[in-house]
Amino acid sequence: MSDKAEPLSFQDMILTLHNFWSTKGCLILQPYDMRMGAGTFHPATTLRALGPEPWNAAFVQPSRRPTDGRYGENPNRLQHYYQYQVILKPSPPDLQELYLESLATIGIDPLVHDIRFVEDDWESPTLGAWGLGWEVWCDGMEVTQFTYFQQMGGFDCKPVAGELTYGLERLAMYIQGVDNVYDLQFNGQGTSYGDVFLENERQMSKWNFEVADTDALFDLFGKAEAECRNCLANDVPIAGYEQAVEASHIFNLLQARGVISVQERASYLGRVRDLARGACEAYMAKYEAEWEDKFPGWSK
Amino acid sequence: MTADVIQSKNDFLLELRCEEIPARMQAGARGDLEKLFRAQMKDAGVAIGEVTIWSTPRRLALIARQLPPQTEAVSLEAKGPPEGAPDQAVDGFCRKNGVTRDQLELREVKGRQTWFAVIEKPGRAVKDVLAQAIPAIVRAFPWPKSQRWGAASISTESLRWVRPLSGIVAILGEELVECEVDGITSGYSTKGHRFHHPGEITIGGANDYADKLRACHVLVDHAKRQDIIRSKAKEAASDAGLTLVEDEGLVIENAGLTEWPVPLLGRFDEAFLEVPPEVIQLTARVNQKYFVCEQGGKLANAFVCTANIEAADGGEAIVAGNRKVLAARLSDARFFWDQDLKTSLADQAKKLERITFHEKLGTVADKVERVAKLAEWLATKNVVPNCDPKLARQAAELCKADLVTEMVGEFPELQGLMGGYYTRAEGLPDEVADAIRDHYKPVGQGDEVPTAPVTVAVSLADKLDTLCQFFAEGLLPTGSKDPFALRRAAIGILDLLVRNDVRFEMTAVVHETMGLRTLPAPVTIEIARQFLVDRLKVQQKEAGVRHDLIDAVFALGGEDDLVRLLARVHALQDFIGTEDGTNLLSGYKRAANILKKEDFTAQGGEISLSYTPEPAEKALFDALAIAGPKATEAVKAEDFAAAMAALASLRGPIDAFFDNVTVNDPDGGKRSARLELLDAFRVAVHGVADFSKIEG
Repeated sequence: MSDKAEPLSFQDMILTLHNFWSTKGCLILQPYDMRMGAGTFHPATTLRALGPEPWNAAFVQPSRRPTDGRYGENPNRLQHYYQYQVILKPSPPDLQELYLESLATIGIDPLVHDIRFVEDDWESPTLGAWGLGWEVWCDGMEVTQFTYFQQMGGFDCKPVAGELTYGLERLAMYIQGVDNVYDLQFNGQGTSYGDVFLENERQMSKWNFEVADTDALFDLFGKAEAECRNCLANDVPIAGYEQAVEASHIFNLLQARGVISVQERASYLGRVRDLARGACEAYMAKYEAEWEDKFPGWSK
Repeated sequence: MTADVIQSKNDFLLELRCEEIPARMQAGARGDLEKLFRAQMKDAGVAIGEVTIWSTPRRLALIARQLPPQTEAVSLEAKGPPEGAPDQAVDGFCRKNGVTRDQLELREVKGRQTWFAVIEKPGRAVKDVLAQAIPAIVRAFPWPKSQRWGAASISTESLRWVRPLSGIVAILGEELVECEVDGITSGYSTKGHRFHHPGEITIGGANDYADKLRACHVLVDHAKRQDIIRSKAKEAASDAGLTLVEDEGLVIENAGLTEWPVPLLGRFDEAFLEVPPEVIQLTARVNQKYFVCEQGGKLANAFVCTANIEAADGGEAIVAGNRKVLAARLSDARFFWDQDLKTSLADQAKKLERITFHEKLGTVADKVERVAKLAEWLATKNVVPNCDPKLARQAAELCKADLVTEMVGEFPELQGLMGGYYTRAEGLPDEVADAIRDHYKPVGQGDEVPTAPVTVAVSLADKLDTLCQFFAEGLLPTGSKDPFALRRAAIGILDLLVRNDVRFEMTAVVHETMGLRTLPAPVTIEIARQFLVDRLKVQQKEAGVRHDLIDAVFALGGEDDLVRLLARVHALQDFIGTEDGTNLLSGYKRAANILKKEDFTAQGGEISLSYTPEPAEKALFDALAIAGPKATEAVKAEDFAAAMAALASLRGPIDAFFDNVTVNDPDGGKRSARLELLDAFRVAVHGVADFSKIEG
């Protein structure tokens, strides 16, 4: 780390990463305007991982994990945090080197800090997806999930996409040397992460765990499920996919409210998976012929 | 050095470099690489000697010393169709053997002129053999999980490897073995340490490979890295006045995560030591791959992590970072600990109603209730002696409560152990806490077998319930499939019985256990009983007890007490090992053979002699009159050594009988009386064991 220089603020770190990946040929996208559990749910990852067309994009995605809420009292856990997503299809041969270069630009010196690639295979039953890769450790802390997608929506990835998911708060805490996420310098001009998000965490934790109307949530789940099917029946798979994302988040909220029993859990997960897979299938079906034209022999 | 150079002329080096290989797969990969290489060389007829295999997270390396320059020329003959066969058949034969028609020879086979092909396989350059073998090895490599990558992966047929394969070094002597797999071509260059020497380095051959890598901060020999971790971790601890808690698994794992291991010691906040030491050790080991340290036999507030770099600041930043991560983990653990202490185990146990044990066997709460009743029954009926039924019931009622605690949710392997801690924290009796802590034991072979009465009762009850209830539902293990670990439960039951000399009639206990649930259909207790007996045979066989001796005792039937059965088997084994035993056995076999040959069936009743018996005959008769009842009595009194001694007293008389008496006497009366006598001898022996089952 350039220990002598002033460490990057939270927002400068994001700008630096944007800048870096932009020069490497990535589209810089904006967060998807829906609630979702991880950047992988962003259609720029999930749907674009399907099909043969090259796709390079980077974006920040707010990620919501209702059960991780701690009312703003835990220095490491949040129900809303940011992931930095990079998706490169096909995966370039120097993906690891590119990634390490990006770490250097935000101030992590690999001859001072111990960077390690530790086996961590990724699987999302919800998305019918899996890949092989690592969690990247910096001095024992997981700072990035690094995955070579092998399947998405139950389909083989042809070609394989490389996905990088940086945990922005963790990296920033690391770079800035703070022990509490709320103490992060957000802009380097006196505003902290806590100034921006502490109250949000308190209220949202309360809503997630105590307030949210569970009848309404059950109702919303059913409606999203029905709407997804409506979309798929009318050949708008992207819209259908959005409803699958919606259903997934509602399910997470119901979990946080503790109203889904162990036995029911599997059944709900299965329903969400069916929606997501259905959307991926419809997406594939819609574009398959076009892809085959552009990449003869692709669908084989 | 000259010798080295000459020797190296035919030494072969192969390096397969890729992105980080999971640590847990490296040992298997080394074995597979050697196996595949040897198979390829064998098929090609290349004699190979010693092969060295090394691995790091980023490379697999193989060195084979002194390969021959050429494979041996071989001449093979193939018999074809007879002369005059249709052209099609002859042409096909030629094609198959790669020869032309004019190369065929005619020979006579059983009076018929037959075509023969003589195929001369000239010796091939080993370099060419290697060039073909390398791609074949790469393509056939049996990784437990493999992936595709990059532009080529637009086809699902593209090369698969554990992680993207990035380079191949293949050098025979000093010459490059040219080969290519899916666009990756072999060369002389590889890479050093990812951070210390990110550039390319050129390898000369097998002899300079390890040294060149070492100069670039890569210790390619995994065993050397393990040695360094082992010794330097110990040293780091002792420098701080502490003792390292040794952990070979961690040594191997960390060696699989580093190319240049540097163990570093760090400290954590002493306040975390209020969390149970097992929790700290587990968090450190499983999540962070750290060693822990002790001072004066107690866990110390220190850890040893293994870095992969020689850090510019001596490791200060690395230790600081790792300390922070561990602190976050430990505060999670302390949070769980504090949370769990707020709820009594009795209240936790109520939540077990929500967890399904098995769809046919109800909830975990249902199971707990059955186990509680059974544990209490085992104590009340004095099956487990000196056990307070109330404590047994209390321990059983709480034994699964920790499954719903936060801590066990996070660390499932702490089940039981945490229950023990929480029980003690509630101020419940130690017997109860110990029983909850240890009731899963024994878990496998060699695991500690509980001896505290309350623990024995709960552990037995838990395992009996699992075994019998699954059996009652017909969910039996089949072949290699035992999804509910019923064999392990059975072995656990046997270990508990044997270790603690717990006596019970299997039939009664199985009946009681099954009776605790309304069964779907009447079931034969016999199946569960037989299962236990079979496991006992397997267990004893593994413990070195002769299988035939077990059979000899089992064959008598009617024995329902496993401890008694075993005592009898052991006494028999001791006896058969003596000279008396061996001789008695051969006497028995001789008698049995005669009886068999004569197709003799006993008439029953007293043997009465209508003639004056010969002395040896009389002696056997008298000896039997004493030894028979003696053996029976001793068996009844469970004094199996005495039963064996009674049998031993027959050895002399039976030997003398065979030496001096002719069974097959022309006098029919004598003959049948002597057969009766031999049968009586057999019956007496069978009172102790069925000697016909004994080998030798």
